[in-house]
Amino acid sequence: MKKQVKAGAMDGDRIDKIIDEYQGDASLLIQVLLEIQRENHWLSKEALEKVSEKLGVPLSRIQHVATFYKAFSLIPKGRHEVQICLGTACHVRGGPRILDRVEDVLGIRAGETTTDMKFTLETVNCLGCCALGPVMVVDGKYHGKIAPTKAEEVLKSCD
Amino acid sequence: MPKINSPAELEKLRKSILSKRDPNKPCIAICTGTGCLALGAEKVVTALKEEIKKHGLEHKVDIKETGCPGFCERGTVVVIYPEEICYLQVQPEDAGEIVSQTILARKVIDRLLYVDPATGEKAVHESEIPFYKNQMRLLIGNNIKLDPKSIEDYLALGGYSALAKVLSQMTPEQVLEEVKKSNLRGRGGGGFPAGRKWEECRNAPGEVRYVIVNADEGDPGAFMDRALLEGNPHSVLEGLIIGAYAIGSHEGYIYVRQEYPLAVENVTIAIKQAEEYGFLGQNILGSDFDFKVKVHRGAGAFVSGESSALMTAIEGRVGEPRPKYIHTAVKGIWDKPSNLNNVETWANVPLIINKGADWFTRIGTAGSKGTKIFSLVGKVNNTGLVEVPMGITLRDVIYKVGGGIPRGKKFKAVQTGGPSGGCIPEEQLDMPVDFDELTKAGSMMGSGGMIVMDEDTCMVDVARYFLNFLTDESCGKCVPCREGIRQMLKILTNITEGKGKEGDIELLEELAEVTKDASLCALGRTAANPVLSTIHYFRDEYEAHIKQKRCPAYSCKQLISYYIDPNKCQACMICLKQCPVGAIAGGKNQIHVIDQEKCTKCGTCFEVCPARFGAVKRLSGEPVPPPISEEARIIVRGSKER
Repeated sequence: MKKQVKAGAMDGDRIDKIIDEYQGDASLLIQVLLEIQRENHWLSKEALEKVSEKLGVPLSRIQHVATFYKAFSLIPKGRHEVQICLGTACHVRGGPRILDRVEDVLGIRAGETTTDMKFTLETVNCLGCCALGPVMVVDGKYHGKIAPTKAEEVLKSCD
Repeated sequence: MPKINSPAELEKLRKSILSKRDPNKPCIAICTGTGCLALGAEKVVTALKEEIKKHGLEHKVDIKETGCPGFCERGTVVVIYPEEICYLQVQPEDAGEIVSQTILARKVIDRLLYVDPATGEKAVHESEIPFYKNQMRLLIGNNIKLDPKSIEDYLALGGYSALAKVLSQMTPEQVLEEVKKSNLRGRGGGGFPAGRKWEECRNAPGEVRYVIVNADEGDPGAFMDRALLEGNPHSVLEGLIIGAYAIGSHEGYIYVRQEYPLAVENVTIAIKQAEEYGFLGQNILGSDFDFKVKVHRGAGAFVSGESSALMTAIEGRVGEPRPKYIHTAVKGIWDKPSNLNNVETWANVPLIINKGADWFTRIGTAGSKGTKIFSLVGKVNNTGLVEVPMGITLRDVIYKVGGGIPRGKKFKAVQTGGPSGGCIPEEQLDMPVDFDELTKAGSMMGSGGMIVMDEDTCMVDVARYFLNFLTDESCGKCVPCREGIRQMLKILTNITEGKGKEGDIELLEELAEVTKDASLCALGRTAANPVLSTIHYFRDEYEAHIKQKRCPAYSCKQLISYYIDPNKCQACMICLKQCPVGAIAGGKNQIHVIDQEKCTKCGTCFEVCPARFGAVKRLSGEPVPPPISEEARIIVRGSKER
């Protein structure tokens, strides 16, 4: 079980350290943001401002990058991250049906987080384990050849 | 490890590595590629290690965690050397038996072997399994033999000998000539001859040049680049260094999607090892050639896999393509000449150098040489990575290697080339797989995704699926792509929802043409392929959706209904209990009826209805019969049934 992620929990020192690891090289902006995203699960406004200041890159350009790439999230994520694969192989094997059921069960659409911050639901375009399709990933654990009813059970077993 | 300073020292090291290795020492190789990991390979490794320890065999048996050999359908894959016994679908519980039976008693465990579904015959070795037998695995064949985190494993298999040959015996011009002669074409999608690209970059003005490995494999359903980079990173690296030497570059990048964490990890380790051993850095192998490599993680954008976009991303900016009136080979990263090739293209280079262009050109067709790795996925029995010689027919790939379509369903189409490709129907299955042939058929090679579709796949929905993907991924910089795809998607969505009208097909064709002709980069220029190829080969399906509001594949939700045949329903309560929305009414002795208003068409009832009853029917293009009277719904069961 992942520990609870508090919104904006990352402190400035840690960000300083990450930037130092990349020698303050502005061309490595994306790599720096990826590190922060990996550790904090989202990019807060404060974090982006700090990066802008330290790397000397205008905030507008950082926003451009942070909104362009899928890996970055500008809002906090729920305790459990649910990903439904909608790659072509999963699509033809019934991925959309899994998504329909999960959206129903959680009461949110793909890309959203439940109000109690318990689940964040995302779709992904191929995880590369097409032999297991359709695939649902919950907190990094793969559930392959999953049926809608099984998907519901998995989510209900999360606390 | 002291640096290796000459090809002779490399050979000496190789000999010493080999002399320390006993070819008869048992070794258990376990695939720990992403597919097998998802199936629980890590637990298999732990269990095997425990068993080895329990028997006190730590020094007598090696355990190797390897990359992906391709047979993902039957993971976790385990191969036991020196006999090369291949066990499939191995579970942690099998560890005890593998050690006590196969390692200690030298006995083959029958139940873990591959069983041919057609003949019932068992296959002990990889080479006897039809899935492998019909392939030509020049690039991924070594994956199960080496630990990707060990440079010594790569050296033991002859690694870096091509680099040594190049640096000691060949001029950059000779390397270039050899690659040009091999007619190696880019494996990333376009199929542009690699040698010509190298030459253009080499001849471009300027001192600084860059070489790049494109591992931003974004095609849904394709994962061969990941398998190579995860499973045999040194082979890609060696190809890159050779290319850099030919082009005259001293700095390279490996651009990997961050969604592939294991590939990032393994290639980063490989670079570090190569630096320590002196395959990277200053005066490589005692020559005057210097070269260094950095890993750049992509942050998730399909369009950034396009060469000019990828180079912009490396500069730390938004990865959007630019017009290429001036090729990236002349002005790429920071406006310096830059040569980009796909992972699989680079991995071919050491083979060409070692075995020669003449050997390479003997494999394949007139215009496409060598092998190609495909990810064979979808509605096919043997899902996985397959490497086949160019020129093999699609039918052989799907039936001989792939084992055909599961559950006796009928083949409908195979989609190649990812979102830029097209769907190829049954009539064309005897077409040879080759860059030019696939393009002629309205599809393309792409990076090598091969998605098999059966009778249950709706072709209009497939076109809609790809355009939906492309709308998300279009960067929006140019209007024809941004708007063209969006409008095509709108029409396709309408058709799948039963709102299609006369003239839609013609309008799609018109939009497709403009998007194709006027878009800035390959994403837009090829976006219409899924639409055009499905219209070309499956026009009747489009017409059924538009004219009869019928989905022949029973896939488009808005066009289908589920209905329980009162003559067949045995009131068994299974569907009633499983329906997630409570849309089925009935009772123990009362025939079930679906409330069409409540039904969300999830298909659960259709799946759970016992095959011997077969009472749940799918209807499309016809009205649902009205429910029968309450009295007629009562089932009076005979005494023998109780």
